[in-house]
Amino acid sequence: MQLIFEKSSSGRQGYSLPKSDVPKADSLPGKYCRVTQANLPEVSELDVVRHFSALARLNFSVDTNFYPLGSCTMKYNPKFTEKIAALEGFSSPHPLVPQLSGGGILAQGSLEVLYHMERLLSEITGMAAFTMQPLAGAHGELTGVMLISAYHKSNGSRRKHIIIPDSSHGTNPASAAIAGYDVVVIPTDKSGSFDMELYKKALNNETAAVMLTCPDTLGLFNPKIKEIADLAHRVGALMYYDGANLNAILGKCRPGDIGFDVVHLNLHKTFATPHGGGGPGAGPVGVSGKLIDFLPISRVAKKDDGTYFLDYQNRKTIGYIAPFYGNFAVILKAYAYILALGREGLIEASENAVLNANYCLSRLRDYFDLPFDKICMHECVFSASRQLQNGVHALDIAKYLIDKGFHPPTIYFPLIVKEAMMIEPTETESKETLDNFIEAMIEASKLSEENPQILHSAPLTMPVKRLDETRAAREPNLRWKP
Amino acid sequence: MLVPDNIFFTKDHEWAKIEGDEAIIGITDFAQSSLGDITFIDLPKIGEALKQSAVYATVESVKAASDVYSPLSGKVLRVNNDLALHPELVNKSPYESGWFVVMKIADLAEKNNLMDAKKYKDYIENLSK
Amino acid sequence: MNYIPHTQAEKQEMLKAIGVKSVDELFKDIPAALMPKSFDMPPGRSEFELMEHFKKLSGKNAAGLINFIGGGFYDHYIPAAVDSLASRPEFYTAYTPYQPECSQGWLQAIYEYQTIICELTGLDVSNASLYDGGTALYEAAMMAVRLTGRKKIIVDSGVSLIYRTMLYTYTSNLAIEFIETPVVHGQSCREDIYKNLDDNTAAVIVQNPNFFGAVDDFSDITDRVHKKGALAIASVYPVSLGILKSPAEMGFDIATGEGQSLGIPLSFGGPYLGFIAVKKEHMRQLPGRIVGATLDQDGKRGFVLTLQAREQHIRRERATSNICSNEALCALRALIYSCLLGKRGLQVLAELNYQKAEFAKSILGQVPKVMVKKSSPTFNEFTLELPKNADEVVTAMIAKGVACGFPLGRFYKGLDNYLLVAVTEKRTKEEIVKFAKILEECLCS
Repeated sequence: MQLIFEKSSSGRQGYSLPKSDVPKADSLPGKYCRVTQANLPEVSELDVVRHFSALARLNFSVDTNFYPLGSCTMKYNPKFTEKIAALEGFSSPHPLVPQLSGGGILAQGSLEVLYHMERLLSEITGMAAFTMQPLAGAHGELTGVMLISAYHKSNGSRRKHIIIPDSSHGTNPASAAIAGYDVVVIPTDKSGSFDMELYKKALNNETAAVMLTCPDTLGLFNPKIKEIADLAHRVGALMYYDGANLNAILGKCRPGDIGFDVVHLNLHKTFATPHGGGGPGAGPVGVSGKLIDFLPISRVAKKDDGTYFLDYQNRKTIGYIAPFYGNFAVILKAYAYILALGREGLIEASENAVLNANYCLSRLRDYFDLPFDKICMHECVFSASRQLQNGVHALDIAKYLIDKGFHPPTIYFPLIVKEAMMIEPTETESKETLDNFIEAMIEASKLSEENPQILHSAPLTMPVKRLDETRAAREPNLRWKP
Repeated sequence: MLVPDNIFFTKDHEWAKIEGDEAIIGITDFAQSSLGDITFIDLPKIGEALKQSAVYATVESVKAASDVYSPLSGKVLRVNNDLALHPELVNKSPYESGWFVVMKIADLAEKNNLMDAKKYKDYIENLSK
Repeated sequence: MNYIPHTQAEKQEMLKAIGVKSVDELFKDIPAALMPKSFDMPPGRSEFELMEHFKKLSGKNAAGLINFIGGGFYDHYIPAAVDSLASRPEFYTAYTPYQPECSQGWLQAIYEYQTIICELTGLDVSNASLYDGGTALYEAAMMAVRLTGRKKIIVDSGVSLIYRTMLYTYTSNLAIEFIETPVVHGQSCREDIYKNLDDNTAAVIVQNPNFFGAVDDFSDITDRVHKKGALAIASVYPVSLGILKSPAEMGFDIATGEGQSLGIPLSFGGPYLGFIAVKKEHMRQLPGRIVGATLDQDGKRGFVLTLQAREQHIRRERATSNICSNEALCALRALIYSCLLGKRGLQVLAELNYQKAEFAKSILGQVPKVMVKKSSPTFNEFTLELPKNADEVVTAMIAKGVACGFPLGRFYKGLDNYLLVAVTEKRTKEEIVKFAKILEECLCS
């Protein structure tokens, strides 16, 4: 498809701006003005509308396709939350308003959302308090690690390393490193769990924290999780909970009760806010009582008269993580979603997410290798190693699924599983959808034996065939030029 | 898998061709074939000090980034500037036009820590078993 | 409402296929001792009840104020087509385009967005976006540290205090030395910057227009910075780039900024849009997702995520950044907004902002005892010196329906009587005149 720049026609106009109603002032002196104008496309409004409508149709999305992308929780995003976020009273307020003296009273609606959301998330996770500031999951991780560092520093030493399993998301070690910590990696043992012996050896009084996903990235709940936490606490280390997989355990188990000290949540995963093609998300961070004093400022607090205000008095605060109060519109949608589901709805969400994943697991286990063969939580991880014997990779199966109208599962993650295919169906998908997907997977498995060429040449029904990624990386072309 | 005689190898699949007090170094055929299509190579600057078994370069492919360890200690004399525009030379010709760096050797005795062609051949055969 | 489709019969069938009797059996790996100590959540509510609830709640936010507050976040008009197109679910319910063949719409849109950011800044390479202007500035500072191997950064105090605070927060565990240089008569103090600039300096960071609204030509500073082998970084306001010298024209190596003004609602602080653009030679140190053009098996143009070896999912603890997601939907809004404006529209919009602000300066300058700071030219925001505490004036004026600006005393010591006023294209002559009239009343009373 043509780029919008290639549709540009000099002099064409798509804007509608008011005429100036003020007397003309002297122009800005030339030394401050640009000589070469930004070469934005010159197109009509209809050109723009057609262009982006056409682009939209080239995407798979939750609203159009089953999207079992493991680790990303691509559940249905209820429409009414969009309508709420678009209410003028929420979308138009300037974030500096409550920072004016007496300004808090002008933003009571938004402050109430933030205040109540903090309480709901605290109850869901069993934590003492939350900050809404982090703008994404990885941003929450960085915030969490900085809180851990501030806590240890206040006790004399910030300590040296953070322990992370080899099955973790790449963001975990990256966040730890960016906050100035060394990373100690613990391998996964044969049963699919964190290797306890190696863990005990790695743990010492230089351990700042242990960063875990629970259930882990293999979709398994580690029954020894409490023991892991207790061992960490014994040497004064803190426990960090990567909330990517919280959708499996709502109302079933709370990180705070296990002994986690810091938790980040991905509102765009568990709480159904749209993924937006890669963002915006939101990554609120919850803490146990001993870390509250370090939370970023401002915090939303409530006065005796029932009004809400911004509190900047957190004495040991790590500072500002976001310019304001987090991705407010995202937080608002997640808040509305939680209120819609309520206690029973949240529990049902997790139960059905786990039911759907196990249904996929049990119906596909005869066709694909299962590196860790047990009941899973909200996602299951297969390996295409059996298919590889016929030269078929997980990538080939993924591309075939695209032709069948399904967004592929996450492939090649976690890194510890060869030819990994990570399926997370989520609770909002019906049995028919799962059955159709399962049939397509079984077909792919059969084709790998009978006619692998079909898999190698897929996809054939998309606007482009397989793309040359090597060429893209060797000769980077990252912007249009006339 | 190509393993030329008269040059030396590391366990991490780097090679060194020693000529007097200089060495040409690069990565082996085994290394390039397991990395796949190489897209970028981050090389050291001339004059930089290299230490045996320490990282001196990074090789990127589409889905991986791998460290490259120096087979010997010494100082960088020349770097292969062709690799900036043509990283595929390492895939096509790992021992010839795909060389990385020419170095001045600091301690020739370190050669004893390297494998000769025969040993390296056995080594990679064992790996693929 | 729980959005779960299963009937009881279907559930039973599925449990049977799994080989268990009840859903509880699926949770048997969770030890009984770890059952929640409490899960005291309210019962679910219907969509209708919630719509009513949130309408009421949104009504508790002040509405209808005439807004002259900026401070880096501006009340610009958003064309209806931006909302309409960005609300297409094929955009907003998709995720990061890991599978390029079924994500060409998103990938092409990001490639176009990258092009827009390069055009605005004049620089060579951009990425798929960052969280906000503050995190973008932090990522730029870290790029400079990596590229130069140096650990001292000079920050002009005309850079938003919000962003400076974020920079210091993020780097508090890294041995990076920050030196703040003063703003004198609205302009960056060259003398202080040069005095501190040395062979250990990784970067000099400035903002244009700066927090006081003043515009500058930083060409002299970037020149000196380069002579010391350091990088010059600018945080910029994209709408102003319809008129103002581009970062590239002033010799900056990295430009960052907050893209909110490009079609993104203020939404009480987010989501916003961080953008970054750099010279080509620094491309491999960029953080975040990057989209590139390539060819498919038939030689047809297509787009993919590229240069991924920089990123956390491959390089883990040695990645250029820990960032995984981006603000794609906000980037899409910025792209659509920029396309609607087009080359000429952006200039007209910027000129309109400038003209309205100049008019406001002239009118407000006539209010007795009010002084407009005129030592530096400005774009659409400027500083007023009032005869009394600006915070009090703001409070008094809000009661009369005008949010007249941001009191600088909140961010800068000793500037308690100073007010920062922003005037966008949305403010009419009538509103500006009303502002002056009410200000006069407030100051007299």
